[in-house]
Amino acid sequence: MPKLQEYLPIIGESRLDQLFKIARPLEGRIVQNINSTAVGGGVAEILTRMIPLFRELGIDARWDVIRGNERFFAITKAMHNGLHGVPVELSASDFEFFVETGRANIEHVRPWGDIVFLHDPQPIALVEERGSDGRHWIWRCHIDFTAPQADIWEFLQGYIRRFDAAVFSAPAFSRPLPIRQVLIAPSIDPLSDKNRDLTESEISAVCNRFGLDRTRPIVSQISRFDFLKDPVGVIKAYKMAKKHVDCQLVLAGGGATDDPEGQKVLDEVRREAEGDSDIFVLFLPPASDLAINALQRASSVVLQKSLREGFGLTVAEALWKARPVIASAVGGIPLQITHKYSGILTHSIEGTAFWIKQLLNEPAYAAVLGQNGREHVRQNFLITRHIKDYILLFLSLERPGDVIEL
Amino acid sequence: MAAPLTFQIQLTLTELLGRRARSAAELRDGIRSVPRSSIYYHTHRYLLQHVRESPEPPNDFAYWTTNSLGQHQLGESLASVNTVDFLGLEELRDRFVSILEAQPSSNDGVCVLSPEGLEFHFLACRIFVVPAGLTVCSLPEFRDALTRIPAESLYYHMFVPRFLGAGAPDDFSRWFAAQGRTDVAAALTKLDPYAMTVEGLRRKILDILDQHA
Repeated sequence: MPKLQEYLPIIGESRLDQLFKIARPLEGRIVQNINSTAVGGGVAEILTRMIPLFRELGIDARWDVIRGNERFFAITKAMHNGLHGVPVELSASDFEFFVETGRANIEHVRPWGDIVFLHDPQPIALVEERGSDGRHWIWRCHIDFTAPQADIWEFLQGYIRRFDAAVFSAPAFSRPLPIRQVLIAPSIDPLSDKNRDLTESEISAVCNRFGLDRTRPIVSQISRFDFLKDPVGVIKAYKMAKKHVDCQLVLAGGGATDDPEGQKVLDEVRREAEGDSDIFVLFLPPASDLAINALQRASSVVLQKSLREGFGLTVAEALWKARPVIASAVGGIPLQITHKYSGILTHSIEGTAFWIKQLLNEPAYAAVLGQNGREHVRQNFLITRHIKDYILLFLSLERPGDVIEL
Repeated sequence: MAAPLTFQIQLTLTELLGRRARSAAELRDGIRSVPRSSIYYHTHRYLLQHVRESPEPPNDFAYWTTNSLGQHQLGESLASVNTVDFLGLEELRDRFVSILEAQPSSNDGVCVLSPEGLEFHFLACRIFVVPAGLTVCSLPEFRDALTRIPAESLYYHMFVPRFLGAGAPDDFSRWFAAQGRTDVAAALTKLDPYAMTVEGLRRKILDILDQHA
């Protein structure tokens, strides 16, 4: 894992120095992160990178993963979809099973940190263990909360109220709550294999491995195989654009261990792609970060045609590589893209097809979008800014007032 | 001899108030009742988020009214509020409320609502003040430090006093006045820091220092 000093050329001395200054009052504090998967998905990815950096700053960051069986993860997946606004049915018995699993995990993942930091709904029932021992509890929501299903929101709200603070990724996710709510955007790590600079030969090697022709434009969507990412809609948009511009389509992604729907989606995508040898459907194993990086860098245009989105970190990843991005105006994506300045925001398959054609035909304009996007990510969506925001949140738990002098 | 000036850096944690507005009337009611830090946030946040690019419309209220409600005349009225003319946030709040109160609550009997997904979300902030590690005692030292401090430090000294109700528009003019350099203080006070980027402001202050060296 990279050391903080390695971020110096990217963020500058002043920002790096600020991190050490604000972390000093928290030296030795135990921040216990708890989520539901150690591999796959954005939460696991960011925690893997962040924990060593917190430790370098003197904060004793830990990470525990709750356990659950197939039924538990089917329930949490349905809950996830319901919070995204997709209608789902959860019975009283499902909710009860969810709570029981949470309680069973208290034996396995005992909350003991100075700050207990829970991520997403899966481990939320652990807050039942909260006592009057002075520990601070934070709940981090990584999900699009714009239109949560009422019964699921009611159920979760009973737990969320028991935290000191809830953290959301976008203003629209905020709801009336009796506790503090904080806005913290997620981030990418510019030094990870998924985002670091690559040589031309590294990019070509990956493209050759998958049989891609680098002399012809590549349009890609690199995202988990999930209905909410609308991979079938991507294929439809590509087919519309392909009538007028030559290009190849790459749909690449993996699956998380807590997502039982992945295979079903993949099967549907493969059916839709049948008969077109320019469509490459690539199911990537977990250790494919370098391949993802290379595929994004090889792309003339990157898509993120999500129907719902938490934040949509794949957009920041592509922007960091100065790629022109066409993405849906959902979840946190509008925070990353200013339409026609740092990328393109669309609302439909037809709109996406229109902009694929435009950007492939106007590469100079596409390049400007990509460069603006990269600078926006440098200022707002790198891991160092994310760590800074978390530290400020931790500090604010112990220090009241609108102005806090350190 | 006046006290030395110690440079500070401002960092911000953004808070969500869970309150949204769909119409000008709801915006007015929200502005009336949100905490002071929310008024500060919505009238200042763009300054640090766009350090080098041209500033956006000068406050979130104007931007939303124009772009989400489509009420261009009202948006222009809100945009024309000169933040630099207000030494306190309560006065600034009252000005926005009075502009919104002067508007009819409906247009030909139809209340204009923002489209779904484009509601105004009230946010607020907590400010953290961190030492920048630089202290100066004279104009030449100040000038040298000004070329080196990060944007967050320049921002703190030029904008946060307004939030603290410190009775002066900015720290620098106050410090120069205490140094007996009323000429520099007066020139700094004339600046409208809201009408430029933070980096543009840095260049303007350096120009003033060079003119009064």
